[in-house]
Amino acid sequence: MTCLPDSTDKKLGLVIDLDICVGCQACVTSCKEWNTGGYSAPLSDHDPYGADPSGAWLNRVHSYEVDNAHWSGTVHFPRSCLHCETPDCVTVCPTGASYKRAEDGIVLVNPDTCIGCKLCSWACPYGAREYDHDHGVMKKCTLCVDRIYNETIPEEDRIPACVRACPTGARAFGDLGDPDSAVSQSVAERDGFGLFEEFGYKPVNRYLPPRKGSDRAPTVATEEAPTNTGSAMEKLFAWADRALSR
Amino acid sequence: MHPAYSVLIFTTSAGAGYGLLFWLVLVEASGRTSHTHWSFFFTLMLALALITIGLLSSTFHLGHPERAWRAFSQWRSSWLSREGVAALATYVPAGLLALLSLLKIDSGVVVLLDLLAAIGAVVTVWCTGMIYASLRTIRQWNMRLVPAIYLALSATSGALLLELMNAAYGITGGWEVWLTLACLQGAQGLKRIYFRRIDGEAGRYTAAMALGMGENGIRQIDPPHTRPNYVMREMGYEVGRRHAVRLRRWMHMYLFVVPTMWLALLVLSNLPPLLLLVPATIFAAVGLFVERWLFFAEAEHVSMLYYGKDRA
Ligand code: SF4
Ligand code: SF4
Repeated sequence: MTCLPDSTDKKLGLVIDLDICVGCQACVTSCKEWNTGGYSAPLSDHDPYGADPSGAWLNRVHSYEVDNAHWSGTVHFPRSCLHCETPDCVTVCPTGASYKRAEDGIVLVNPDTCIGCKLCSWACPYGAREYDHDHGVMKKCTLCVDRIYNETIPEEDRIPACVRACPTGARAFGDLGDPDSAVSQSVAERDGFGLFEEFGYKPVNRYLPPRKGSDRAPTVATEEAPTNTGSAMEKLFAWADRALSR
Repeated sequence: MHPAYSVLIFTTSAGAGYGLLFWLVLVEASGRTSHTHWSFFFTLMLALALITIGLLSSTFHLGHPERAWRAFSQWRSSWLSREGVAALATYVPAGLLALLSLLKIDSGVVVLLDLLAAIGAVVTVWCTGMIYASLRTIRQWNMRLVPAIYLALSATSGALLLELMNAAYGITGGWEVWLTLACLQGAQGLKRIYFRRIDGEAGRYTAAMALGMGENGIRQIDPPHTRPNYVMREMGYEVGRRHAVRLRRWMHMYLFVVPTMWLALLVLSNLPPLLLLVPATIFAAVGLFVERWLFFAEAEHVSMLYYGKDRA
């Protein structure tokens, strides 16, 4: 059903810390690895080792250089579906293949009913949906719905593959609808923001902004200057120092 | 946006078919038709053929055409689904009209079917326009003017085809030529307003909004791939400014100016109508195709803000 649920019990999503992401692409490759192997059909690639490689990826990391009052430096910027609360990518779908789950807010595509008309990808302002040319259907981030509820894998793996893979801990997963969850707390603490809120789809995922230089500079206690006692030993060392540095 | 040929053929061919259907049945319902059962039947068949070719062509760009029937299910929220439903529904009165004219039955029900077919044609083309107009991600499409232009161009191409078919059956001197001229002028006016509007606004969304990292001074240093990906190929298709200006000129020339001249000649001279209408229709078809190509190629998608564009 492509009408949106009025509300969802949970708002599962990701929190991405732009301050510590180093742009290593581990989340990108582990996303591809997990999603090409399990759910549905492989995420196809074309000419992967040739001159013009392309393929369907559900998570991509851009790198920007930012130089303004807000921040100055390089920002690595992971971008995937933000599991918006009111996205047109769901309502435009003519078949009902694109849907938002009422229980946890995850936005999914049913690969068995999608006709591959691509209209949903046109409706996404974030460029988060990618068409799979071999499978003939639209692909997108599933928030690893086949991991997070999967009781056949160890408990510590029941989080999205990207979160599991991130070596710096720049990605977190949780219920952003619950103000007491760890993810909501970190968003509150760090002034987390939604991407492109002006557009109005109410994205669920949150980004933690890079810390400002002033936030980060460590406050170091100023060291006491050593007082000169004028002893014979001190004079000897001072003479040796001068002599050796000549 | 990438102009997929299957979609260009679909919107132009089906648009012309619905336009022809609309005028043909309206003229019949008004009781002023000079068509015989046979000429009505064949003209109706041409309309249905154009519509069917268009609809079939639209399934070619689907990843799973065999599942196309599923697209009729979500009419509550999706304009694409509504278009499918309207297209299918329009076949019913149009098909019955074809049957009645084939059997040479003139009954009161014909007028009712005429009206239903005309409404179906308008609703279907309106839905096509709304598929594009409802996408807030693309400012060149997200305008009330877009469905109006789809309707106007469908009416124009349909009127021209009706005029051509009339001439082929030796029906001349009707008021259809004035109708066609009026459509041409109206559609051209709407297109002019459209171009002025899209040229006049810069796009209300910026890269700063999309990224949330302050105004100005943002530069993409590393794209997330080594070669353009699906999003860039589909949503990032761009036509060069100079190229677009030239194509717009051709479009005005072929779609509006040349057919208007031929039609004026038809009114003013005694030349055989077909001699004038065949080239007029061919020019208009080329112009319409250019118009639709530009409609896609000039459309900018906001997702490109993540790929180094400043505004969309
Ligand atoms: S990010 Fe795009 S694909 Fe994901 S829910 Fe929002 S609009 Fe839909
Ligand atoms: S590509 Fe598939 S999921 Fe997307 S709108 Fe078309 S049918 Fe729906």
